[in-house]
Amino acid sequence: MAAPLINIKEVSYEYEQTTALDHISMAVEEGDFLAILGPNGSGKSTLLKIMLGLIRPSEGSVELFGVDSRQFKHREWIGYVSQKSNSFNSAFPATVREVVAGGLAKKAGLFHKLPKNTSQQVEEALDAVGMKAFKNRSISELSGGQQQRIFIARALVAKPKVLILDEPTVGIDVQNVQAFYDMLAALNRERNITLVLVTHDVDTVTDRISHVACLNQTIHFHGFKDQLHMMSDEKREAWYGHSVRKIHHTEGSHTHA
Amino acid sequence: MLEAILSYEFLQNAFASGLIIGVIAPLLGVFIVVRRLSLIADALSHVTLAGIAGSLYLSQSVGALALLNPLYLGIASSVLGSMLIERLRSVYKHYEELAIPIILSAGIGFGAIFISLAEGFSSDLFGYLFGTVSAVSRQDLYIVAGIAVIVLAFIRIFFKELFVLSFDDEYARASGLPAKWIHFLFMIVTALVIAGSMRIVGILLVSSLMTIPVATAMRVAKSFKQTIWLSILFGEVSVLSGLVAAFYLDLAPGGTIVVTSIAILLIVLAYRKFSLSKKRGAAA
Repeated sequence: MAAPLINIKEVSYEYEQTTALDHISMAVEEGDFLAILGPNGSGKSTLLKIMLGLIRPSEGSVELFGVDSRQFKHREWIGYVSQKSNSFNSAFPATVREVVAGGLAKKAGLFHKLPKNTSQQVEEALDAVGMKAFKNRSISELSGGQQQRIFIARALVAKPKVLILDEPTVGIDVQNVQAFYDMLAALNRERNITLVLVTHDVDTVTDRISHVACLNQTIHFHGFKDQLHMMSDEKREAWYGHSVRKIHHTEGSHTHA
Repeated sequence: MLEAILSYEFLQNAFASGLIIGVIAPLLGVFIVVRRLSLIADALSHVTLAGIAGSLYLSQSVGALALLNPLYLGIASSVLGSMLIERLRSVYKHYEELAIPIILSAGIGFGAIFISLAEGFSSDLFGYLFGTVSAVSRQDLYIVAGIAVIVLAFIRIFFKELFVLSFDDEYARASGLPAKWIHFLFMIVTALVIAGSMRIVGILLVSSLMTIPVATAMRVAKSFKQTIWLSILFGEVSVLSGLVAAFYLDLAPGGTIVVTSIAILLIVLAYRKFSLSKKRGAAA
């Protein structure tokens, strides 16, 4: 059996004497569409940052494609979309095309120029997120939802096997959130891209995902989303810190905090 | 003017140096502005002042150093300043901007001490503060040309990484780019450009040549590459017309260059306002 794409082994993380993550073990297999859910301050973004190698765990290790993350060389296999508001300078003077081409920087390698077919690759990535018509527009002119699609195109252009998204719908209009998750589901289904997502949009996302991880310092549940309703009320309360309503839908179970 | 340039070596030195820094200062300036590091350029220029003043003092008091070009110590202190800023930024992780006033005031502090020790301002020092047309030596020109080769090579080699890093620092690190190293090299190259540009523009105004042409270009450019080309164009126009004005009116070129670049900025802002209101009028 092939190694999991991401294998988190007994990972703990302490920050200023506070335990953010406590002995987390979890594997993400090829083709998964995993949503990591949890209340504010539950360590969701910290866990993503550890997966990406942006921060080192205090204890434990992470394997990417069967290789220890410190030795892992193929970063281009992992696409990353951060919270829009976090790190992006919204008045940056660049076109959509330039931003998406930036996604090829790592793949092209240091001391090498971008490949000759960059334009074509950029157009394909933009097509995948339905933004081809915007290629010559300035990134700063686009709405929050459109910008987030562009950042997904930037991650897709290097043809990653896994896409990691940190609260990608922050700043997107409510009416566009559904369409945004539909697009992610299509990428997972049609292009077999494994998706790992941190989100608060529990209601919207549960119809589209395959797996759920309930995190609050430790993993309270990790498995198929259809098994989530089997989680006991006590466990739910321990996960979210207060009582959580369980609503059953015909296609599965949804959890409301 | 052309006849004068052909006849006098000092004018050849000044104009050739001016042409070079008109390219490299705005070119690097684009990355400085979009990375919101404009104030770091200011801090480094003041650290360069300490190096220049120290060198001028040493050349007075130590006979063996009488002929030492102050640019060398200026470059060394600027590079050292860039490293100290980075160190302080990592010490004060939550107050990164604190590094700027600390290094800036340290630069002025040491500068003031060396100026006092050298018994006040000399005409040399005035030239370093506000730029000069007449005192640019052939050696200065060679130093500026050497710095330009380093800057152009750096930008050419790391352009795509610099772009990604400038646009989204976290993404650059997450995608495995050596962001830390590239930033470190970027700071050193910035220190070199500041030290190299100050012969023409002067220490106190050097950061303006890295920021004003870029601020102007950003108002009209449609892409990142266009921002770079327009910044260089506005930088060159400012430097060349500023140098001509300084030569004929016997003024400090730093002043004329900066005032020219501000005039270009105002023209572009007025043009933008006019074209936008015209567009709105047509739409209504």
